[in-house]
Amino acid sequence: MASLDRVKVLVLGDSGVGKSSLVHLLCQNQVLGNPSWTVGCSVDVRVHDYKEGTPEEKTYYIELWDVGGSVGSASSVKSTRAVFYNSVNGIILVHDLTNKKSSQNLYRWSMEALNRDLVLTRVLVTNGDYDREQFADNQMPLLVIGTKLDQIHETKRHEVLTRTAFLAEDFNAEEINLDCTNPRYLAAGSSNAVKISRFFDKVIEKRYFLRDSNQIPGFPDRKRFGGTLKSLHYD
Amino acid sequence: MSFLIDSSIVITSQILFFGFGWLFFMRQLFKDYEVRQYAVQVIFSVTFAFSCTMFELIIFEILGVLNSSSRYFHWKMNLCVILLILIFMVPFYIGYFVVSNIRLLHKQRLPISCLLWLTFMYFFWKLGDPFPILSPKHGILSIEQLISRVGVIGVTLMALLSGFGAVNCPYTYMSYFLRNVTDTDILALERRLLQTMDVIISKKKRMAMARRTMFQRGEVHNKPSGFWGILKSVTTSAPGSEMPDLTLIQQEVDALEELSRQLFLETADLYATKERIEYSKTFKGKYFNFLGYFFSIYCVWKIFMATINIVFDRVGKTDPVTRGIEITVNYLGIQFDVKFWSQHISFILVGIIIVTSIRGLLITLTKFFYAISSSKSSNVIVLLLAQIMIGLIFRACTLSPPYC
Repeated sequence: MASLDRVKVLVLGDSGVGKSSLVHLLCQNQVLGNPSWTVGCSVDVRVHDYKEGTPEEKTYYIELWDVGGSVGSASSVKSTRAVFYNSVNGIILVHDLTNKKSSQNLYRWSMEALNRDLVLTRVLVTNGDYDREQFADNQMPLLVIGTKLDQIHETKRHEVLTRTAFLAEDFNAEEINLDCTNPRYLAAGSSNAVKISRFFDKVIEKRYFLRDSNQIPGFPDRKRFGGTLKSLHYD
Repeated sequence: MSFLIDSSIVITSQILFFGFGWLFFMRQLFKDYEVRQYAVQVIFSVTFAFSCTMFELIIFEILGVLNSSSRYFHWKMNLCVILLILIFMVPFYIGYFVVSNIRLLHKQRLPISCLLWLTFMYFFWKLGDPFPILSPKHGILSIEQLISRVGVIGVTLMALLSGFGAVNCPYTYMSYFLRNVTDTDILALERRLLQTMDVIISKKKRMAMARRTMFQRGEVHNKPSGFWGILKSVTTSAPGSEMPDLTLIQQEVDALEELSRQLFLETADLYATKERIEYSKTFKGKYFNFLGYFFSIYCVWKIFMATINIVFDRVGKTDPVTRGIEITVNYLGIQFDVKFWSQHISFILVGIIIVTSIRGLLITLTKFFYAISSSKSSNVIVLLLAQIMIGLIFRACTLSPPYC
């Protein structure tokens, strides 16, 4: 039972956006009845069928690490959080559709998580500011999820959704908007469920089937060479 | 005519303070949150503006600037507005925001917050009973009643906070209290934390797999409800045997998660201590360490003197500045006009104390706010802070300048 392979996916976002509810919904297909603040990190596991419906179908464990806290935490809390960022295979960025600041903070969250990995692979970042170029070359699969969709009034929905579309484009990621207290958003067969499935498949692919990071299918060649050269800053 | 000029000066300064309070709110306090209720920001800035104006009026009083009748008028007006905000508006809003955070009572927000406000008013009124405030010539609903109650609360709070600050300050400054933390300690704790997470993950994997096989076999996981349900789950064997396993594992997982939380907090604590050790090795750290020793000795001496004063029923006659000048005049033989200089030096000291206390207040406010707020409670906490810190403490300061 525990002999299946595993991948590790981080779930990041500001406090109060609904990460714990989301993780509970993804893993247990039930709505979380009593959400409370996450101290430290809480993990949950989802059993996922890679390439479902094809002859190469294989089951994997997907560990969803829900890291609590805010971007403005004390540096001691940030250093402690950094221990969870080791050997991550994918990141889910969660933001609150009713709170613009939480969407803006996603840049800082991704910097915090990715910088950790970048340092390990000896790619140094010259300054701490957000650099859009980085995300063009980023190899880690990202998914952007917006929560509390039901609390957005019908009239403002279009404006909010365009804004989040730009956000997802910045991260070069897919995006999903849902309400964590309603399981029908992730019902099997809906477009959201398909996107999530695709995301998990991508994460598994990157981890197990593409050992050499330069061989990602679908990436244009010029980006590949220009990308690796540009990302080597020596301070 | 001069009244108009004076009024315009005071009002301009009020607008300046309002703008400053607004900026402080936007840039410092609410850096990470989104301002959704503008009422909170307005109230905060207004309280700040009026409190600063009161300080300004005191300084004008000492310096003799502006016409005294216009000063008196503005003073009264300020007092009325601040009392109105402090006693009527802010508690009501606090109650309102607290109630709107609770999901269950969402529909009846308004009546419940009115109820909370009435409770607050009742306790507020009861506060004045032990003190000799009520006197025949003032009446029940006069300003003096409210001011005296607010003054009582304010002075008590100030005493509590300064007491706390006096003890906390040396504790954080002095390096004597720092435990020795090495990198190996931190690494060991981190490893334990990750090991605990791994154990949690393996248990959760078993649970997830069990749930999936049950789902695939077409069973629905029902919690046994009612008397017959429990009997049924005990008697039927094979399909129901997965369930007790799950609840047992769930309990183990809960215990392990609690452990992981504790480990996380301990690790964060160790990192914070390590940073403090690093800080204490710098120049600033050493300076603060020395200050810490100085303050602790000063505090102990003050406590001693206060105990003696209370036990032996002595009353301090002159304030420290005049005594200091007397000593210099008598023992060092330096001749200068005592009265003239003592008043000015006192004034300068009071000014310095006021400015540093405003600055210290804002800094403490910011730190406190970062430490305890979150996106849900940020509104409530800001209002509470505005109420307590600015309103009451400033009031206590203006009621009795020598003591702040």
